[in-house]
Amino acid sequence: MLLIVCPYCGKRPEIEFTYGGQAHLARPVKPAELDDQAWTDFLYMRANTKGVYAERWRHARGCGRFFNAVRDTTTDQFLAFYKTGERPPKYPK
Amino acid sequence: MSRQSFSALALIRRGLSGHLGWQKQWRKAEPKAAYDAVIVGGGGHGLGAAYYLAKEHGLTNIAVLEKGWIGGGNTGRNTTIIRSNYLFNESAALYDHSVKMWETLSQELNYNVMFSPRGVMMLAHTVHDIQVFKRHVHANRCNGVDNEWLEPEQAKEFCPPLNIEDNIRYPVLGAALQRRGGTARHDAVAWGYARAADALGVDIIENCEVTGIKRDEGGAVRALETSRGLIRSRKVGVSAAGNTSVVLRLAGVRLPLESYPLQALVSEPIKPIFPCVVMSNTIHAYISQSDKGELVIGAGTDAYTSYTQRGALHINTHTLDAICELFPNFRRMRMLRNWGGIVDVTPDRSPIIAKTPVPGLYVNCGWGTGGFKATPGSAHVFAWTIARDEPHPINAPFTIERFRDGYLIDEAAAAAVAH
Repeated sequence: MLLIVCPYCGKRPEIEFTYGGQAHLARPVKPAELDDQAWTDFLYMRANTKGVYAERWRHARGCGRFFNAVRDTTTDQFLAFYKTGERPPKYPK
Repeated sequence: MSRQSFSALALIRRGLSGHLGWQKQWRKAEPKAAYDAVIVGGGGHGLGAAYYLAKEHGLTNIAVLEKGWIGGGNTGRNTTIIRSNYLFNESAALYDHSVKMWETLSQELNYNVMFSPRGVMMLAHTVHDIQVFKRHVHANRCNGVDNEWLEPEQAKEFCPPLNIEDNIRYPVLGAALQRRGGTARHDAVAWGYARAADALGVDIIENCEVTGIKRDEGGAVRALETSRGLIRSRKVGVSAAGNTSVVLRLAGVRLPLESYPLQALVSEPIKPIFPCVVMSNTIHAYISQSDKGELVIGAGTDAYTSYTQRGALHINTHTLDAICELFPNFRRMRMLRNWGGIVDVTPDRSPIIAKTPVPGLYVNCGWGTGGFKATPGSAHVFAWTIARDEPHPINAPFTIERFRDGYLIDEAAAAAVAH
C-alpha cells in the first residue's frame, strides 16, 4: 500500500485516496473550436509514462480535496506532492 | 528440422527409456539482419501471431522479439479463465472465435494446452446484476454463444461449495453460466505456440528489447533498434501488453491506453473440490482450481498506473473477503503466492487489433484485464491483419480510430475493472 502525503492533511495510507489520472490536463479554452482528433486527444489519450509521472489524487476519505503528485511508475516511489494549480516542485532525480 | 511428435505412444516409449532423448522444444535463435515480419512481444498473443503468419499466410522468415523470457509477462500471470459471454456483437464474434479455436488448439499445436471447458459461472448479487446478466444471456444466445440463467439452487448444484444463504453481505441471487467456458494451462499456451512456430522456421529471440523504430522517408517502418542490434523488417506487429504504449511511442504513435497492475494469487494445493470457474464482478472475486490443486484467485486492478508488476495487499484482501463469504469452507486455507502483471486498459475496455497510422506497423493491445481467453483468436486475426495489411472482418471494428469516430465497444462484461 502506498503512503501518500496529502498537502493539506499529511501522510496517510492509500486506501483514503482515489486516483485521478494524469495531471495538468487543461480543459480546452474554446471547446467549440476543437476538431475530432483534438477531442480524442483530450478525452482518451494519456501519456501512460514509464518513469516519472505527474498525476492527480483525491483525499476522498479525508479532506476531500484534489492535489497532484509526482511518482516514478517503475518503482512506485513518490518524488513530490503539491497543491492543484501549483507547478511541480523540484524533486530529487 | 524434424520435430518429435507428442502422443501416448511416444510418451510410453520415452518413459521406458528413462525420458532421455526428448528434443528441445524450440531453438535458441540468434537475430538475423532482416526478416519479412517481426512480432514484438513473446507472450501467447505474439507467439500465436507468428505461428499463424507462418502457417496460414506463408511467411516463414519471421522473428518474435521478447525483452524477457517467453510467456513471462501476462501470459504467465493471469488466472487462465476462458469465456466468450460478452454483450456486444463485435466482442461476441471476437471472443467466440477464440473459444472455438481453444476447443481444438491442443490437436492443432500437437501440444496439450489442457483446455478444460468446465463452465464459467458469473454470480448476480443485486437486482441490477440480474437484469444485466439476463440481458447478456439473451444477447449471447442471439449471437450463437451459449449462456444460461441459473437460479441460486441451480448455481449451488453446479458448484457445491457455493454459499447461497442470505446471511452474507451480497447474497447470491442467481448466476449466468457459460458451459463452454473454462480454463487452460497458461504456460503451455506460450510453449505450444513457440514450439509450433519454431517448427515452421520462426526465430524466437529472448532477452531482446526494442529500443527504437526506424522509418523511411515515406514514414513506413524500416527497421527495429534492439538491445541485440539492428533488425530490418517492413512489417512489425506489436503485442507487448502493458508496455505497448511505450513501444509505439518509439514510432510517435499515441494510444488510448493506461497500464495498471492486476494481481492474482494461489492457495496451497488441495484435493479436487472446485468443479468450475466462478466469477463475481460485483464483489470482485474470480476463482477456479488448477489441476495441481491450488485455488487460483484473481483480484482487481490497483488504483494507479504502474509498470512495477506488483500491487498493494489490500486489493488481494478485498478479493479474499468476498471469497470467504461466498465459499466459507475456504476460510482457513493458506495463500501461497501472489503476483502482479501490467495490463493495458482502453477507455471502452475493448482491445485494439489494428493498423496504426505508421505504414507497416500493427498493434494488438488493450486487452486489459482479460486477454488470456482471447489468445488464439486474437493471434489469428492479428496475423491476418499483418499479412494482408487489412483487418480480418472479426477485428475490423477494433481500430484505434474508433475513439475519434465515436464507435466505442463499451464492453461492461470485462472483469476486474470498474465501469
